[in-house]
Amino acid sequence: MSRVYMKGNEAIVEGALRAGLEGFFGYPITPSSEIIEGLAERFFADRERERRGEKPMYPKFRVFLQMESELASINAVMGGASVGCRVMTASSSPGISLKQEGISYIAACELPCVIINIMRGGPGLGSIQPEQGDYFQAVKGGGHGDYKLIVFAPNSVQEMAEHTMLLFNLTDKYRTPGMLLADGYLGQMKESMEFPDVPIEEYEKPWAATGMGDRETQNTIEFLFLTPEPMVEAKTRLLQKYKQIEANEVRYEDYKIDDAKILVTAFGTPSRVAKAAVDQAREKGVKVGLIRPITLWPFPYQVYADLTTHQIDRVLVVEMSFGQFVEDVRLGVEGRAEVKLYARYGGIVPTEKEILEKIMELV
Amino acid sequence: MKTEIIIAGFGGQGVLFLGDLIAYCAMKEGKYVTWVPSYGPESRGGTCNCQVICSDQLIGSPAIVHPDVLIVFNQPSLYKFLPRLKTNGTLLYDSFLIKELPAREDIRVVGVPAFQISKMGNMVMMGAFLAVTKGIKPETVYQTLEEKLTGAKAKFIPVNKDAIEKGIKYISDKSLETSNE
Repeated sequence: MSRVYMKGNEAIVEGALRAGLEGFFGYPITPSSEIIEGLAERFFADRERERRGEKPMYPKFRVFLQMESELASINAVMGGASVGCRVMTASSSPGISLKQEGISYIAACELPCVIINIMRGGPGLGSIQPEQGDYFQAVKGGGHGDYKLIVFAPNSVQEMAEHTMLLFNLTDKYRTPGMLLADGYLGQMKESMEFPDVPIEEYEKPWAATGMGDRETQNTIEFLFLTPEPMVEAKTRLLQKYKQIEANEVRYEDYKIDDAKILVTAFGTPSRVAKAAVDQAREKGVKVGLIRPITLWPFPYQVYADLTTHQIDRVLVVEMSFGQFVEDVRLGVEGRAEVKLYARYGGIVPTEKEILEKIMELV
Repeated sequence: MKTEIIIAGFGGQGVLFLGDLIAYCAMKEGKYVTWVPSYGPESRGGTCNCQVICSDQLIGSPAIVHPDVLIVFNQPSLYKFLPRLKTNGTLLYDSFLIKELPAREDIRVVGVPAFQISKMGNMVMMGAFLAVTKGIKPETVYQTLEEKLTGAKAKFIPVNKDAIEKGIKYISDKSLETSNE
Protein backbone atom coordinates (compact mmCIF):
# COMPACT_ATOMS: atom_id res chain seq x y z
CA MET A 1 0.00 0.00 0.00
CA SER A 2 1.40 3.38 -0.90
CA ARG A 3 1.95 6.06 1.68
CA VAL A 4 0.04 9.31 1.69
CA TYR A 5 0.71 12.58 3.48
CA MET A 6 -2.24 14.26 5.10
CA LYS A 7 -3.45 16.47 7.93
CA GLY A 8 -5.27 14.86 10.88
CA ASN A 9 -8.46 16.80 10.22
CA GLU A 10 -8.31 15.87 6.52
CA ALA A 11 -7.90 12.21 7.47
CA ILE A 12 -11.16 12.43 9.42
CA VAL A 13 -12.91 13.89 6.35
CA GLU A 14 -11.50 11.14 4.13
CA GLY A 15 -12.36 8.42 6.67
CA ALA A 16 -15.93 9.67 7.14
CA LEU A 17 -16.58 9.79 3.38
CA ARG A 18 -15.18 6.29 2.86
CA ALA A 19 -17.40 5.07 5.72
CA GLY A 20 -20.42 6.32 3.77
CA LEU A 21 -21.15 9.66 5.47
CA GLU A 22 -24.61 10.87 4.43
CA GLY A 23 -24.95 14.13 6.32
CA PHE A 24 -22.70 16.62 8.09
CA PHE A 25 -23.82 19.49 10.30
CA GLY A 26 -21.31 21.74 11.99
CA TYR A 27 -20.01 25.11 12.99
CA PRO A 28 -16.32 26.00 12.56
CA ILE A 29 -13.91 26.41 15.48
CA THR A 30 -10.10 26.25 15.73
CA PRO A 31 -8.42 23.71 15.73
CA SER A 32 -11.12 21.57 14.06
CA SER A 33 -12.20 23.88 11.21
CA GLU A 34 -10.48 21.90 8.43
CA ILE A 35 -13.11 19.18 8.93
CA ILE A 36 -16.10 21.36 8.04
CA GLU A 37 -13.97 23.12 5.41
CA GLY A 38 -12.89 19.87 3.77
CA LEU A 39 -16.40 18.44 3.75
CA ALA A 40 -17.82 21.67 2.27
CA GLU A 41 -15.25 21.48 -0.51
CA ARG A 42 -16.07 17.86 -1.36
CA PHE A 43 -19.82 18.45 -1.12
CA PHE A 44 -19.94 21.46 -3.42
CA ALA A 45 -17.47 19.94 -5.89
CA ASP A 46 -19.94 17.04 -6.20
CA ARG A 47 -22.88 19.42 -6.79
CA GLU A 48 -20.79 21.11 -9.48
CA ARG A 49 -20.14 17.68 -11.08
CA GLU A 50 -23.88 16.96 -11.07
CA ARG A 51 -24.58 20.34 -12.69
CA ARG A 52 -22.22 19.34 -15.50
CA GLY A 53 -24.09 16.04 -15.84
CA GLU A 54 -21.26 13.96 -14.32
CA LYS A 55 -21.48 11.38 -11.54
CA PRO A 56 -20.76 12.64 -8.00
CA MET A 57 -17.68 11.18 -6.26
CA TYR A 58 -19.59 10.67 -3.00
CA PRO A 59 -23.13 9.76 -4.04
CA LYS A 60 -24.16 9.01 -0.43
CA PHE A 61 -23.08 12.40 0.94
CA ARG A 62 -26.35 14.29 0.31
CA VAL A 63 -26.56 16.90 3.06
CA PHE A 64 -23.97 19.42 4.19
CA LEU A 65 -25.03 22.33 6.38
CA GLN A 66 -23.04 24.93 8.23
CA MET A 67 -25.54 25.66 10.98
CA GLU A 68 -25.97 28.90 12.90
CA SER A 69 -24.53 27.42 16.11
CA GLU A 70 -23.24 24.30 17.83
CA LEU A 71 -26.68 23.72 19.39
CA ALA A 72 -28.31 23.76 15.98
CA SER A 73 -25.72 21.39 14.53
CA ILE A 74 -26.06 18.71 17.21
CA ASN A 75 -29.86 18.84 16.93
CA ALA A 76 -29.61 18.56 13.14
CA VAL A 77 -27.41 15.51 13.72
CA MET A 78 -30.17 14.09 15.92
CA GLY A 79 -32.62 14.62 13.05
CA GLY A 80 -30.33 12.96 10.53
CA ALA A 81 -29.69 10.00 12.82
CA SER A 82 -33.46 9.64 13.49
CA VAL A 83 -34.11 8.87 9.84
CA GLY A 84 -31.34 6.28 9.82
CA CYS A 85 -28.57 8.21 8.04
CA ARG A 86 -24.84 8.10 8.82
CA VAL A 87 -24.30 11.58 10.23
CA MET A 88 -21.46 13.46 11.89
CA THR A 89 -20.59 16.74 13.55
CA ALA A 90 -17.19 18.14 14.48
CA SER A 91 -16.07 20.80 16.91
CA SER A 92 -13.53 21.65 19.56
CA SER A 93 -13.83 21.85 23.36
CA PRO A 94 -16.04 24.98 23.91
CA GLY A 95 -18.21 23.92 20.98
CA ILE A 96 -18.55 20.39 22.38
CA SER A 97 -19.74 21.87 25.70
CA LEU A 98 -22.54 23.62 23.81
CA LYS A 99 -23.54 20.33 22.20
CA GLN A 100 -23.96 18.42 25.47
CA GLU A 101 -27.75 18.74 25.81
CA GLY A 102 -28.17 17.33 22.32
CA ILE A 103 -25.67 14.53 22.99
CA SER A 104 -27.62 13.44 26.08
CA TYR A 105 -30.87 13.40 24.06
CA ILE A 106 -29.20 11.42 21.24
CA ALA A 107 -27.86 8.84 23.72
CA ALA A 108 -31.30 8.56 25.36
CA CYS A 109 -32.99 7.98 22.01
CA GLU A 110 -30.34 5.41 21.05
CA LEU A 111 -29.37 7.19 17.87
CA PRO A 112 -26.08 6.36 16.14
CA CYS A 113 -23.87 9.30 15.14
CA VAL A 114 -20.22 10.35 15.23
CA ILE A 115 -19.06 13.42 17.15
CA ILE A 116 -15.52 14.69 16.63
CA ASN A 117 -13.80 16.65 19.41
CA ILE A 118 -10.42 18.16 18.51
CA MET A 119 -9.57 19.24 22.06
CA ARG A 120 -8.12 22.65 22.82
CA GLY A 121 -7.26 24.35 26.09
CA GLY A 122 -9.95 24.95 28.71
CA PRO A 123 -11.88 25.73 30.89
CA GLY A 124 -13.92 28.45 29.22
CA LEU A 125 -12.55 29.79 25.97
CA GLY A 126 -9.12 28.71 27.23
CA SER A 127 -6.67 28.58 24.35
CA ILE A 128 -6.42 27.06 20.88
CA GLN A 129 -3.42 24.94 21.87
CA PRO A 130 -3.77 21.19 22.50
CA GLU A 131 -4.97 19.85 25.88
CA GLN A 132 -6.77 16.73 27.09
CA GLY A 133 -9.03 18.42 29.63
CA ASP A 134 -12.25 17.09 28.06
CA TYR A 135 -11.50 13.53 29.23
CA PHE A 136 -14.15 13.49 31.99
CA GLN A 137 -16.69 15.21 29.76
CA ALA A 138 -16.19 12.58 27.05
CA VAL A 139 -16.06 9.41 29.15
CA LYS A 140 -18.12 10.20 32.25
CA GLY A 141 -21.13 11.87 30.70
CA GLY A 142 -20.87 15.54 29.81
CA GLY A 143 -24.58 15.97 29.40
CA HIS A 144 -27.14 15.05 32.07
CA GLY A 145 -28.34 11.58 32.95
CA ASP A 146 -26.96 8.05 32.82
CA TYR A 147 -25.38 7.52 29.44
CA LYS A 148 -22.13 6.57 27.77
CA LEU A 149 -20.41 7.43 24.52
CA ILE A 150 -18.08 5.03 22.73
CA VAL A 151 -14.89 7.12 22.88
CA PHE A 152 -11.85 6.51 20.64
CA ALA A 153 -8.50 8.21 21.27
CA PRO A 154 -6.30 8.18 18.16
CA ASN A 155 -2.57 9.00 18.41
CA SER A 156 -1.63 9.36 14.74
CA VAL A 157 -3.07 10.81 11.54
CA GLN A 158 -3.64 7.26 10.30
CA GLU A 159 -5.77 6.48 13.34
CA MET A 160 -7.76 9.70 12.89
CA ALA A 161 -9.10 8.10 9.70
CA GLU A 162 -9.25 4.54 11.04
CA HIS A 163 -11.11 5.41 14.24
CA THR A 164 -13.61 7.63 12.41
CA MET A 165 -14.45 4.67 10.18
CA LEU A 166 -14.64 2.26 13.13
CA LEU A 167 -16.95 4.64 14.99
CA PHE A 168 -19.45 4.70 12.13
CA ASN A 169 -19.59 0.88 12.24
CA LEU A 170 -19.80 0.57 16.03
CA THR A 171 -22.33 3.35 16.58
CA ASP A 172 -24.64 1.74 14.02
CA LYS A 173 -24.05 -1.71 15.49
CA TYR A 174 -24.99 -0.64 19.02
CA ARG A 175 -27.39 2.21 18.18
CA THR A 176 -25.47 4.68 20.33
CA PRO A 177 -23.49 7.88 19.75
CA GLY A 178 -19.69 7.80 19.66
CA MET A 179 -16.95 10.37 20.00
CA LEU A 180 -13.49 10.71 18.50
CA LEU A 181 -11.42 12.47 21.16
CA ALA A 182 -8.23 13.93 19.68
CA ASP A 183 -6.16 16.96 20.60
CA GLY A 184 -5.27 20.05 18.54
CA TYR A 185 -1.87 18.64 17.62
CA LEU A 186 -3.42 15.58 15.98
CA GLY A 187 -5.92 17.74 14.12
CA GLN A 188 -3.36 20.20 12.80
CA MET A 189 -0.43 17.86 12.21
CA LYS A 190 0.38 16.39 8.81
CA GLU A 191 1.97 12.96 8.76
CA SER A 192 2.96 10.17 6.39
CA MET A 193 0.48 7.30 6.68
CA GLU A 194 -1.05 4.31 4.97
CA PHE A 195 -4.75 4.70 4.48
CA PRO A 196 -6.43 2.10 6.70
CA ASP A 197 -8.67 -0.53 5.18
CA VAL A 198 -11.75 -0.65 7.42
CA PRO A 199 -14.64 -2.54 5.78
CA ILE A 200 -17.96 -0.69 5.90
CA GLU A 201 -20.52 -2.63 7.95
CA GLU A 202 -24.12 -1.91 7.07
CA TYR A 203 -26.87 -2.45 9.62
CA GLU A 204 -30.61 -2.59 9.12
CA LYS A 205 -32.37 0.29 10.85
CA PRO A 206 -36.00 -0.84 11.21
CA TRP A 207 -36.45 1.73 13.99
CA ALA A 208 -35.73 4.74 11.78
CA ALA A 209 -38.47 7.39 11.46
CA THR A 210 -38.88 7.08 7.72
CA GLY A 211 -42.68 7.27 7.42
CA MET A 212 -45.32 4.53 7.58
CA GLY A 213 -44.16 2.43 4.62
CA ASP A 214 -45.47 -1.11 5.19
CA ARG A 215 -45.48 -0.68 8.96
CA GLU A 216 -48.59 -1.14 11.06
CA THR A 217 -47.63 1.66 13.45
CA GLN A 218 -45.39 4.60 12.81
CA ASN A 219 -41.86 4.74 14.22
CA THR A 220 -41.36 7.52 16.74
CA ILE A 221 -38.10 8.61 18.33
CA GLU A 222 -38.65 9.82 21.88
CA PHE A 223 -37.44 9.35 25.43
CA LEU A 224 -39.92 10.80 27.92
CA PHE A 225 -41.69 8.73 30.54
CA LEU A 226 -44.22 10.06 33.02
CA THR A 227 -44.40 6.87 35.08
CA PRO A 228 -41.46 4.86 36.47
CA GLU A 229 -42.19 1.41 34.99
CA PRO A 230 -41.56 2.11 31.30
CA MET A 231 -38.62 4.33 32.28
CA VAL A 232 -37.07 1.45 34.25
CA GLU A 233 -37.56 -0.80 31.25
CA ALA A 234 -35.99 1.67 28.81
CA LYS A 235 -33.05 2.42 31.06
CA THR A 236 -32.43 -1.26 31.72
CA ARG A 237 -32.18 -1.74 27.97
CA LEU A 238 -29.61 1.10 27.83
CA LEU A 239 -27.64 -0.37 30.73
CA GLN A 240 -27.55 -3.83 29.17
CA LYS A 241 -26.30 -2.34 25.93
CA TYR A 242 -23.51 -0.50 27.76
CA LYS A 243 -22.53 -3.74 29.52
CA GLN A 244 -22.39 -5.49 26.15
CA ILE A 245 -20.11 -2.75 24.76
CA GLU A 246 -17.88 -2.98 27.85
CA ALA A 247 -17.60 -6.74 27.33
CA ASN A 248 -16.85 -6.60 23.59
CA GLU A 249 -15.27 -3.37 22.50
CA VAL A 250 -12.32 -2.58 24.79
CA ARG A 251 -9.25 -1.74 22.73
CA TYR A 252 -5.71 -0.87 23.82
CA GLU A 253 -2.13 -1.10 22.61
CA ASP A 254 0.61 -2.67 24.73
CA TYR A 255 4.30 -2.11 24.09
CA LYS A 256 7.25 -3.96 25.65
CA ILE A 257 5.23 -5.06 28.70
CA ASP A 258 6.27 -8.73 28.82
CA ASP A 259 9.13 -8.25 31.29
CA ALA A 260 8.28 -4.71 32.42
CA LYS A 261 8.52 -3.70 36.08
CA ILE A 262 7.49 -0.10 35.45
CA LEU A 263 4.45 0.86 33.39
CA VAL A 264 3.97 4.15 31.53
CA THR A 265 0.47 4.95 30.35
CA ALA A 266 -0.96 7.74 28.22
CA PHE A 267 -3.45 8.30 25.39
CA GLY A 268 -3.44 10.53 22.31
CA THR A 269 -0.40 12.69 21.51
CA PRO A 270 1.41 12.11 24.85
CA SER A 271 1.25 8.34 24.22
CA ARG A 272 3.52 8.56 21.18
CA VAL A 273 5.94 10.75 23.11
CA ALA A 274 5.81 8.24 25.98
CA LYS A 275 6.53 5.36 23.58
CA ALA A 276 9.73 7.07 22.43
CA ALA A 277 10.67 7.68 26.09
CA VAL A 278 10.08 3.96 26.86
CA ASP A 279 12.56 3.07 24.08
CA GLN A 280 15.14 5.49 25.51
CA ALA A 281 14.70 4.07 29.03
CA ARG A 282 15.06 0.51 27.65
CA GLU A 283 18.40 1.57 26.12
CA LYS A 284 19.46 2.46 29.67
CA GLY A 285 18.43 -1.04 30.77
CA VAL A 286 15.21 -0.04 32.54
CA LYS A 287 12.45 -2.64 32.27
CA VAL A 288 9.57 -0.39 31.30
CA GLY A 289 6.52 -0.86 29.08
CA LEU A 290 3.56 1.12 27.81
CA ILE A 291 -0.21 0.70 27.85
CA ARG A 292 -2.15 3.03 25.59
CA PRO A 293 -5.94 2.88 25.80
CA ILE A 294 -7.44 3.16 22.31
CA THR A 295 -11.01 3.19 23.63
CA LEU A 296 -11.40 5.53 26.62
CA TRP A 297 -14.90 4.18 27.12
CA PRO A 298 -15.08 1.27 27.43
CA PHE A 299 -11.86 1.69 29.45
CA PRO A 300 -9.33 -1.18 29.60
CA TYR A 301 -9.45 -1.48 33.43
CA GLN A 302 -8.67 -5.20 33.28
CA VAL A 303 -5.22 -4.86 31.67
CA TYR A 304 -4.12 -2.51 34.47
CA ALA A 305 -5.49 -4.95 37.05
CA ASP A 306 -3.73 -7.92 35.43
CA LEU A 307 -0.37 -6.18 35.05
CA THR A 308 -0.28 -4.83 38.59
CA THR A 309 -1.34 -8.08 40.27
CA HIS A 310 2.10 -9.77 40.23
CA GLN A 311 4.31 -7.95 37.75
CA ILE A 312 4.30 -4.18 37.97
CA ASP A 313 4.42 -2.06 41.13
CA ARG A 314 5.05 1.43 39.71
CA VAL A 315 2.88 3.24 37.15
CA LEU A 316 3.57 6.60 35.50
CA VAL A 317 0.56 8.38 34.02
CA VAL A 318 1.22 11.14 31.48
CA GLU A 319 -1.59 13.44 30.42
CA MET A 320 -2.18 16.97 29.15
CA SER A 321 -4.62 18.01 31.90
CA PHE A 322 -4.62 18.35 35.71
CA GLY A 323 -5.20 14.62 36.23
CA GLN A 324 -8.40 13.13 34.85
CA PHE A 325 -7.22 10.04 32.96
CA VAL A 326 -5.17 9.11 36.07
CA GLU A 327 -8.40 8.48 38.00
CA ASP A 328 -9.44 5.68 35.63
CA VAL A 329 -5.93 4.21 35.76
CA ARG A 330 -6.20 4.19 39.58
CA LEU A 331 -9.56 2.39 39.33
CA GLY A 332 -7.83 -0.29 37.26
CA VAL A 333 -4.78 -0.51 39.53
CA GLU A 334 -6.92 -0.59 42.72
CA GLY A 335 -3.99 0.21 45.00
CA ARG A 336 -1.83 -2.69 43.80
CA ALA A 337 0.85 -0.31 42.52
CA GLU A 338 2.16 3.17 43.19
CA VAL A 339 0.60 5.54 40.63
CA LYS A 340 2.52 8.73 39.78
CA LEU A 341 1.11 11.48 37.62
CA TYR A 342 3.01 13.69 35.20
CA ALA A 343 0.53 16.36 34.16
CA ARG A 344 1.46 18.93 31.52
CA TYR A 345 -1.36 21.42 31.00
CA GLY A 346 -1.87 24.78 29.33
CA GLY A 347 -1.06 23.76 25.77
CA ILE A 348 2.43 22.26 26.07
CA VAL A 349 3.12 18.74 24.84
CA PRO A 350 5.38 16.81 27.24
CA THR A 351 8.81 16.04 25.78
CA GLU A 352 10.55 12.66 25.51
CA LYS A 353 13.27 13.97 27.84
CA GLU A 354 10.77 14.99 30.54
CA ILE A 355 9.00 11.63 30.45
CA LEU A 356 12.34 9.79 30.50
CA GLU A 357 13.33 11.77 33.63
CA LYS A 358 10.03 10.83 35.30
CA ILE A 359 10.62 7.15 34.43
CA MET A 360 14.16 7.32 35.88
CA GLU A 361 12.76 8.82 39.12
CA LEU A 362 10.72 5.62 39.54
CA VAL A 363 13.71 3.27 39.07
CA MET B 1 18.66 8.94 11.30
CA LYS B 2 16.27 11.69 12.37
CA THR B 3 16.33 15.34 11.26
CA GLU B 4 14.33 17.94 13.14
CA ILE B 5 13.72 21.26 11.40
CA ILE B 6 12.05 24.47 12.61
CA ILE B 7 11.12 27.06 9.98
CA ALA B 8 9.95 30.51 11.09
CA GLY B 9 9.18 33.93 9.65
CA PHE B 10 6.35 36.35 8.89
CA GLY B 11 2.99 35.02 7.74
CA GLY B 12 2.91 35.26 3.94
CA GLN B 13 6.59 34.44 3.37
CA GLY B 14 5.76 30.84 2.57
CA VAL B 15 7.08 29.39 5.82
CA LEU B 16 4.38 26.73 6.18
CA PHE B 17 4.59 25.78 2.50
CA LEU B 18 8.36 25.40 2.66
CA GLY B 19 8.02 22.99 5.61
CA ASP B 20 5.20 21.15 3.89
CA LEU B 21 7.28 20.69 0.73
CA ILE B 22 10.32 19.43 2.69
CA ALA B 23 8.15 16.91 4.58
CA TYR B 24 6.36 15.69 1.47
CA CYS B 25 9.60 15.25 -0.51
CA ALA B 26 11.26 13.41 2.37
CA MET B 27 8.27 11.03 2.46
CA LYS B 28 8.66 10.45 -1.29
CA GLU B 29 12.22 9.39 -0.55
CA GLY B 30 10.96 6.82 1.94
CA LYS B 31 11.12 8.68 5.27
CA TYR B 32 8.51 8.89 8.00
CA VAL B 33 7.53 12.54 8.35
CA THR B 34 5.50 14.88 10.54
CA TRP B 35 4.67 18.56 9.98
CA VAL B 36 3.10 20.73 12.65
CA PRO B 37 2.11 24.34 11.90
CA SER B 38 1.67 27.09 14.46
CA TYR B 39 -2.03 27.67 14.07
CA GLY B 40 -2.66 30.94 15.87
CA PRO B 41 -4.15 34.10 14.33
CA GLU B 42 -1.00 34.81 12.35
CA SER B 43 -1.92 34.46 8.68
CA ARG B 44 -0.46 37.75 7.43
CA GLY B 45 1.95 40.04 9.21
CA GLY B 46 2.43 38.13 12.45
CA THR B 47 5.16 35.58 12.97
CA CYS B 48 4.48 31.96 12.19
CA ASN B 49 6.45 28.74 12.26
CA CYS B 50 6.30 25.05 11.52
CA GLN B 51 8.08 21.98 12.84
CA VAL B 52 9.17 19.24 10.44
CA ILE B 53 10.60 15.85 11.39
CA CYS B 54 12.02 13.39 8.83
CA SER B 55 13.11 10.01 10.18
CA ASP B 56 13.95 6.43 9.18
CA GLN B 57 11.84 5.23 12.10
CA LEU B 58 8.30 5.92 13.30
CA ILE B 59 8.19 9.36 14.89
CA GLY B 60 7.43 9.72 18.61
CA SER B 61 6.88 13.32 19.59
CA PRO B 62 5.94 15.57 16.67
CA ALA B 63 6.98 18.56 18.82
CA ILE B 64 10.60 19.72 18.55
CA VAL B 65 12.60 21.05 21.50
CA HIS B 66 16.08 21.35 19.97
CA PRO B 67 16.09 21.36 16.14
CA ASP B 68 19.02 20.16 14.00
CA VAL B 69 18.21 22.77 11.37
CA LEU B 70 16.71 26.22 11.91
CA ILE B 71 15.49 28.27 8.93
CA VAL B 72 14.46 31.86 9.73
CA PHE B 73 13.14 34.72 7.63
CA ASN B 74 12.81 37.52 10.20
CA GLN B 75 14.53 39.02 13.21
CA PRO B 76 11.91 38.11 15.87
CA SER B 77 11.98 34.44 14.82
CA LEU B 78 15.77 34.40 15.01
CA TYR B 79 15.70 35.73 18.58
CA LYS B 80 12.97 33.28 19.53
CA PHE B 81 14.40 30.06 18.11
CA LEU B 82 18.20 30.46 17.90
CA PRO B 83 18.81 29.58 21.58
CA ARG B 84 17.02 26.26 20.95
CA LEU B 85 19.20 25.19 17.99
CA LYS B 86 21.31 22.11 18.76
CA THR B 87 25.07 22.40 19.22
CA ASN B 88 26.61 21.71 15.77
CA GLY B 89 23.20 22.46 14.28
CA THR B 90 22.69 24.44 11.09
CA LEU B 91 21.19 27.93 10.92
CA LEU B 92 19.90 29.08 7.53
CA TYR B 93 18.78 32.71 7.64
CA ASP B 94 17.70 35.36 5.17
CA SER B 95 20.68 37.73 5.23
CA PHE B 96 18.69 40.34 3.28
CA LEU B 97 15.96 40.64 5.92
CA ILE B 98 17.96 39.81 9.06
CA LYS B 99 20.71 42.31 9.89
CA GLU B 100 21.64 41.48 13.46
CA LEU B 101 23.01 38.02 14.07
CA PRO B 102 23.41 37.06 17.75
CA ALA B 103 26.75 35.36 18.34
CA ARG B 104 26.79 31.58 18.65
CA GLU B 105 30.10 29.86 17.95
CA ASP B 106 28.89 26.27 18.24
CA ILE B 107 26.71 26.16 15.14
CA ARG B 108 27.05 26.28 11.37
CA VAL B 109 25.71 29.61 10.04
CA VAL B 110 24.59 30.00 6.44
CA GLY B 111 23.26 33.39 5.29
CA VAL B 112 21.23 33.49 2.06
CA PRO B 113 19.70 36.78 0.81
CA ALA B 114 16.68 34.75 -0.25
CA PHE B 115 14.08 37.48 -0.66
CA GLN B 116 16.63 39.66 -2.50
CA ILE B 117 17.45 36.91 -4.97
CA SER B 118 13.78 36.26 -5.74
CA LYS B 119 10.26 37.21 -4.68
CA MET B 120 9.93 33.49 -4.01
CA GLY B 121 12.42 33.67 -1.17
CA ASN B 122 11.05 30.53 0.44
CA MET B 123 11.90 28.50 -2.67
CA VAL B 124 15.39 30.06 -2.83
CA MET B 125 15.80 28.87 0.76
CA MET B 126 14.52 25.41 -0.29
CA GLY B 127 17.41 25.30 -2.78
CA ALA B 128 19.89 26.41 -0.14
CA PHE B 129 18.50 23.81 2.30
CA LEU B 130 18.90 21.06 -0.31
CA ALA B 131 22.48 22.14 -1.09
CA VAL B 132 23.54 22.49 2.55
CA THR B 133 21.91 19.41 4.09
CA LYS B 134 21.95 17.13 1.01
CA GLY B 135 19.13 15.16 2.66
CA ILE B 136 16.72 15.37 -0.28
CA LYS B 137 17.46 15.16 -4.01
CA PRO B 138 16.51 18.30 -6.02
CA GLU B 139 14.91 15.99 -8.64
CA THR B 140 12.39 14.79 -6.01
CA VAL B 141 11.38 18.40 -5.39
CA TYR B 142 11.00 19.20 -9.09
CA GLN B 143 8.93 16.03 -9.58
CA THR B 144 6.71 17.05 -6.68
CA LEU B 145 6.13 20.51 -8.14
CA GLU B 146 5.14 18.92 -11.44
CA GLU B 147 2.75 16.51 -9.71
CA LYS B 148 1.13 19.09 -7.45
CA LEU B 149 0.99 22.14 -9.71
CA THR B 150 -1.33 21.00 -12.47
CA GLY B 151 -3.91 22.68 -14.71
CA ALA B 152 -4.00 26.45 -14.25
CA LYS B 153 -1.23 26.25 -11.66
CA ALA B 154 1.23 24.56 -14.03
CA LYS B 155 2.51 27.97 -15.13
CA PHE B 156 4.07 28.41 -11.67
CA ILE B 157 6.43 25.43 -12.07
CA PRO B 158 9.23 27.30 -13.95
CA VAL B 159 9.37 30.25 -11.47
CA ASN B 160 9.51 27.92 -8.46
CA LYS B 161 12.11 25.69 -10.09
CA ASP B 162 14.16 28.73 -11.07
CA ALA B 163 14.11 30.06 -7.48
CA ILE B 164 15.20 26.67 -6.11
CA GLU B 165 18.05 26.46 -8.65
CA LYS B 166 19.18 29.96 -7.67
CA GLY B 167 19.34 28.87 -4.03
CA ILE B 168 21.41 25.79 -4.89
CA LYS B 169 23.72 27.91 -7.06
CA TYR B 170 24.15 30.53 -4.33
CA ILE B 171 25.44 27.89 -1.93
CA SER B 172 27.79 26.27 -4.46
CA ASP B 173 29.22 29.69 -5.48
CA LYS B 174 29.66 30.59 -1.83
CA SER B 175 31.50 27.37 -0.94
CA LEU B 176 33.74 27.93 -3.98
CA GLU B 177 34.61 31.38 -2.59
CA THR B 178 35.38 29.90 0.82
CA SER B 179 37.65 27.20 -0.61
CA ASN B 180 39.54 29.82 -2.68
CA GLU B 181 40.29 31.96 0.35
